[in-house]
Amino acid sequence: MELYITELSKYVITLFIALYTLECFLVFRFQEEERRKGIYIRQNFLMFLVHFSCFLVICFETGKIEYLLFYILQQILLFATIMLFRMIYPRGNRLIINNLCMLLSIGFVILSRLSYERAIKQFFIVTVSLMMSMMIPYFIHKLKFLKSLTWVYAGVGIAALGVVLILGSVTYGSKISYSIGGVTFQPSEFVKIIFVFFLASALSESHDFLRVAVTAVLAGIHVLILVASKDLGSALIFFIVYVMMVFIATGQWVYLLLGVAGGSAAAVAAYQLFSHVQVRVQAWRDPFSCIDAAGFQITQSLFGISSGGWFGLGLFRGNPTAIPLVEADFVFSAVAEELGIVFSMCLILICLSCFIMFMNIAIKLQNEFYRLIAFGLGITYIFQVFLTIGGGTKFIPMTGVTLPFISYGGSSILTSLIMFFIIEGLHIIRQDEGDRRAKKKRRRRRTEYEKARDKEIETDEAGEDEEEEE
Amino acid sequence: MRKKRNKQILAVTYLFVAVFLGMMGYTCHYAITHQQELINNSYNSRQEILVAQNTRGTIYADGRQVLARTQTDEDGKETREYPYGNMFSHVVGYASNGRYGIEASANYYLINSNAKLSEKVANDMAGLKYPGDNVVTTLDVDLQQIAYDSLGIYKGAVIVTDPSTGRILAMVSKPDFDPNEIEKIWDDLLEDQESGVLLNRVTQGLYPPGSTFKIVTALEYIRENPDSYSQYSYQCNGRFTLGEETINCYHGTVHGYEDFGKSFAKSCNASFANIGMQLDRTKFADTLEGLLFNQELKVGFAYNQSKLVVDENTEDADMMQAAIGQGTTAVTPLQMNMITCAIANDGMLMKPYLVDHVETHEGNVIKQFETASYKRLMSEKEAGVMNELMQEVVKSGTGTKLSGASYTAAGKTGSAEYNSVKTDSHAWFTGFAPVEDPELCVTIIIEGAGSGGDYAVPIARRIFDAYFE
Repeated sequence: MELYITELSKYVITLFIALYTLECFLVFRFQEEERRKGIYIRQNFLMFLVHFSCFLVICFETGKIEYLLFYILQQILLFATIMLFRMIYPRGNRLIINNLCMLLSIGFVILSRLSYERAIKQFFIVTVSLMMSMMIPYFIHKLKFLKSLTWVYAGVGIAALGVVLILGSVTYGSKISYSIGGVTFQPSEFVKIIFVFFLASALSESHDFLRVAVTAVLAGIHVLILVASKDLGSALIFFIVYVMMVFIATGQWVYLLLGVAGGSAAAVAAYQLFSHVQVRVQAWRDPFSCIDAAGFQITQSLFGISSGGWFGLGLFRGNPTAIPLVEADFVFSAVAEELGIVFSMCLILICLSCFIMFMNIAIKLQNEFYRLIAFGLGITYIFQVFLTIGGGTKFIPMTGVTLPFISYGGSSILTSLIMFFIIEGLHIIRQDEGDRRAKKKRRRRRTEYEKARDKEIETDEAGEDEEEEE
Repeated sequence: MRKKRNKQILAVTYLFVAVFLGMMGYTCHYAITHQQELINNSYNSRQEILVAQNTRGTIYADGRQVLARTQTDEDGKETREYPYGNMFSHVVGYASNGRYGIEASANYYLINSNAKLSEKVANDMAGLKYPGDNVVTTLDVDLQQIAYDSLGIYKGAVIVTDPSTGRILAMVSKPDFDPNEIEKIWDDLLEDQESGVLLNRVTQGLYPPGSTFKIVTALEYIRENPDSYSQYSYQCNGRFTLGEETINCYHGTVHGYEDFGKSFAKSCNASFANIGMQLDRTKFADTLEGLLFNQELKVGFAYNQSKLVVDENTEDADMMQAAIGQGTTAVTPLQMNMITCAIANDGMLMKPYLVDHVETHEGNVIKQFETASYKRLMSEKEAGVMNELMQEVVKSGTGTKLSGASYTAAGKTGSAEYNSVKTDSHAWFTGFAPVEDPELCVTIIIEGAGSGGDYAVPIARRIFDAYFE
């Protein structure tokens, strides 16, 4: 009986997630949130189905009632998040909040399968983090002084990273976290956001050569501290975010080229200087030659991904716990193994649709500071997704970063939530901007109309319309 | 200005979308194409899940005879049975102690189950494992039996293939072992380094090819002299001397006046040493490469690479030895068989394969392995010339024990010396029948038996006789 459920559910789950993913992209057919309403409701329904079918399988496979209770709690949390968000922020972007909840529920499913205790812990972290970060859009909207804290951001960021370097505990060969009162923090996660604020405020004030050079020095300090902490993944994220944001702020391709050239030179230098970089590159090029040592993680990850086939082995039917660090850095491989390649590709596409929405919001923002924040956070997010999935699938060398919302880990969850809710805040700001512009436009049109009526001359509105659509 | 910078955001967006699509494509492709290879990796614990879930499938011969099957007793204890015992020991292999043969190469199929869902559910209810998928091989039990019996107590190897398809019909390696007893005899076999019982001599045994290698030397000569090779002549006085190096004919036989065809048919070492000295060593190296020497083979089973390195710096003495298949040359019977197959099949080598298809335990085909060309080893014209040369070996040369049959045959013998004691030689034969439209291609080596014409050719005759009569 349970076999029928597992086998059938593989295809059903895949179908639901594929439909959900499709809706993620159909959203972009419409410009106004109002017209996307139907899509969002269908998405909520599909999310529920995916989450429900996965837990149905888990309950049947384990035969344990606590999973059912746990599922109900999750369902309440996710439902409350979506409803509360709509009530508090009627003008928020619902694709982002839907995707956030979809990714969280995939995270709950796969963590429940991997380790029940950790899933429970994760659930509490998510609940608390959600309550905290739910207020963020309001503050982003209201706090106007955020733009003027330029050098404070840099100072805080460097200090936080520096403290870890000096006091941090070593996990898997890199110093990335410290504990206060039993709670482990990974400051590089939070500093990512502060770093984007720093760059956005510094570069929105001015983007002449001097300013770019000063920010380069400060960004360089961030990156060097991370390299010294052996947190290569974060160092890479900070570097890419810096190059991309300078490129967008100045609009000059030469900075992009300089950044790429500098990055390549630094990569070669790092390869020559550090043996742990060489080990990782070797483990990427031919993991099977060092399967006992550096290649062990990546080969186990590849075993997992390839064993599932298109539709996966089914929850609890594979062996993802053979992969070291599977709940954190290699959670994608566990998803691919048990839920299938198609499902995991949909997962990537959902992340991508978040990114496209972020960029969409960035493009429409008038205020340069907010525009750069939206862009910077978008790059931070998608590049992190790229590093973790690319690393786990042997597309690029492994760097050891987490998959936002899915991986186990408090710092990662809280940071990702803050990022997404900041973007929500920016989305609301954009709509305010739009209102003001529309008001201005109406006023202008009215006066023009009056003038035209007075002078009995036709006015040409087409040209203006085009400008407004940008 | 604004508009322009938004264009840059768009460019960055497209860049990331493109990178992600690349990553997705790569991941799907890697996961699907490497599925089997990865599941067979000994570091992959997932095969244990499959083994625990499915009963290992059965291996069948082409005629549906069972070559290996798993029996489950009342307590659920599983034993792997090999009804033919020693006969298929190397080619079918064993499933425990590290796996070997088809048990290893088709392991992925054998441990998976594509049984119907309803049946799996029924088995679940009854507390039974699912029936694994079955593998149907290309092996022919009758031919295997003859080859196995003919080799008798000798050490050696026999491979029989169909040159037009690449199907491997028989593969015998001796000394052998009983795979039913593998766990009991394992330690003894490992201790016994000398005889190499566990080695499949057909695909992994490296032997001096002796005169069978004259096929390669002759091919190179006609390649370099396409218009004049037929005018070749040589006066054999039983030896060829250059500087301090002397090549003797087998048992010092004096062959007298010979043309190219007679040199080949009589397997005259002196004449072939003479031919070898006339060859362009760089071109010869190209030909060797073209005949798949010193390289990895695209075959679905374990093998060793055949080795012979010749280049412009090769010494004359080494070149003379190479031309007659002595010296450092080392080939597998499989390699010799592949070259012979190409000659029989107008120059085109078909990819040798052992597994015909995989089916569920109810007989629904899951995967069919198609006949495929491997590579053109020589032109049709060259294959035609070689075919005629090899026919002459049977008609009037060293392979006359194959003449006078109801079918026509062609081939080349070899008596490969493997140490300084003159009388010790491996008996080789590689050839095919019927010459008009070859159906069988056999390669035989008998270790330390003597001359190929006396010991290997009769085995080929028994195989051909049994098949054609």
